[in-house]
Amino acid sequence: MATQQTRTLARFMLAPSVGLLLIWMAVPLALTLWFSFQQYNPLNPIRDGFVGFSNYLLFFNNPAFLWSILNTLLIVASVLVITLVGGILLALLLDQPMWGQGFVRILVISPFFVMPPVAALVWKNMIMHAQYGVLADLMRTVGLEPIDWFGRYPLLSVIIIVAWQWLPFATLILLTALQSLDGEQKEAAEMDGANFLNRFIYLTLPHLARAITVVILIQTIFLLSVYAEILVTTNGGPGYASTNLPFLVAQKATLEFKIGQASAGGIIAVILANIVAFFAMRAVGKNLDR
Amino acid sequence: MARSVSTRRTAVVTLVAWAVALLIFFPILYTIITSFKSEQEAIQGFDLIPSFTLESYRDVQSQYDYFTPFMNSVILSLGSTILALIVAVPAAWSMAFAPSRRTKDILMWMLSTKMMPAVAVLFPIYMLFRDLGLLDSRIGLTIMLMLINLPIVVWMLYTYFREIPGEILEAARMDGASLWGEIVYVLTPMAVPGIASTMLLNIILAWNEAFWTIRLTTTNAAPLTAFIASFSSPQGLFWAKLSAASTLAIAPILIMGWFSQKQLVRGLTFGAVK
Repeated sequence: MATQQTRTLARFMLAPSVGLLLIWMAVPLALTLWFSFQQYNPLNPIRDGFVGFSNYLLFFNNPAFLWSILNTLLIVASVLVITLVGGILLALLLDQPMWGQGFVRILVISPFFVMPPVAALVWKNMIMHAQYGVLADLMRTVGLEPIDWFGRYPLLSVIIIVAWQWLPFATLILLTALQSLDGEQKEAAEMDGANFLNRFIYLTLPHLARAITVVILIQTIFLLSVYAEILVTTNGGPGYASTNLPFLVAQKATLEFKIGQASAGGIIAVILANIVAFFAMRAVGKNLDR
Repeated sequence: MARSVSTRRTAVVTLVAWAVALLIFFPILYTIITSFKSEQEAIQGFDLIPSFTLESYRDVQSQYDYFTPFMNSVILSLGSTILALIVAVPAAWSMAFAPSRRTKDILMWMLSTKMMPAVAVLFPIYMLFRDLGLLDSRIGLTIMLMLINLPIVVWMLYTYFREIPGEILEAARMDGASLWGEIVYVLTPMAVPGIASTMLLNIILAWNEAFWTIRLTTTNAAPLTAFIASFSSPQGLFWAKLSAASTLAIAPILIMGWFSQKQLVRGLTFGAVK
């Protein structure tokens, strides 16, 4: 269909995007890889030079490293479970006929539009604060001792905040998918005497499969790099209790100036993301073929 | 009979749904309420009725110069979105209307760049910015945000453009339209809704981006994300002011978000869920 002329034109039109992304991805990544094999400290340049794999060894031998990997995976897994289970339940609820559905929908999706620092600080100060927070007030009212959320359950606190931000996303996607479910099929199943649970397992869930996959993949990409929420609430602590990999790497680079180790950590983060991306691309790629 | 049962059912569903929705919305609601309290009221325990003072809004401007980060956010999100569109529209266009064997690979590769963790390139980018004098500059950050969101913009535009029927082009060609004429008079009017949706979503994403905006700025170019994050230090523990600053920071995007629910689903799932 396309003539030679349009094809040449098409290539010219495509070139800026491809070129920019190539430069923005390849150059910094190559530099990071290079730095990961170097001793490089902007404050103390005397000992700079090639050090082989010792940055990686240092990073692996750092107790913070294990913590950060564990915390990264814990954040991803728990937020996924919370948002998927909650999102399916909410989507089923919002799909029912009710009064003021549009407004309810708006309320539910709102947290997704709140910038991470605001979300984190509002939860930290006004909701979960051990003295003045709404939860503390609530617990005192029923005669319980208020919980010091960020001191005693730092990772859980971060997970709650991040889950609050992503629950609307999962709900919105699943609700959209749910609304495309064929009403006649549902009615037929009802006529045949399938109860709610059966309809859900054999009809709704398979229909949602693709949306669920998409939610898992997209969220995982973003959840692997949770940063601002940790920075403004626990600052990674106490100790390393709420430090994830992005936070640890940023910390190494900007506070300790251990550029070599930070770069090694960055490369590990890339590998981790690539493992996830591999599955993500396959799933999204399938949708392209349809 | 059946009618009354379904009415009762609707009433119950409505009640439950409203309760859950209000619970989810509560942190935002409480922030808005607290922003109309005085600092003393704000820490005096749970209270849903503020004294409706505008003191915090005044203080946020007079003590912290709120207007500067706000304008930075506006400039950065609008600037990066427009830049991204300028680069992405031709690319998406060519892939949708003159696809080659490699189109799919290019699209997948673009998506894969989005999956690269930002921390992995933090230091090289930081050095690059420092050497080019782009640290804490609006230009530097605009370019950065544009690059981060470029893959999503290309993808989203691509899914919209692909839905424009190719026969229309052929018909126009038959009628003797030039390539330029095709683009300006036939395709552009059909593409405008898609471009507008893409723009909306990208402004939201750029407004809320909270890694590069925090790490690459200090004061001059710091947008609202960095400004609000600076409230995390102990001396910034002024809740009414924090609430006022937060309310102003999320209000414009919240309202835009409400209007872009559909586009959001489409854009963030790369067209997989519509």
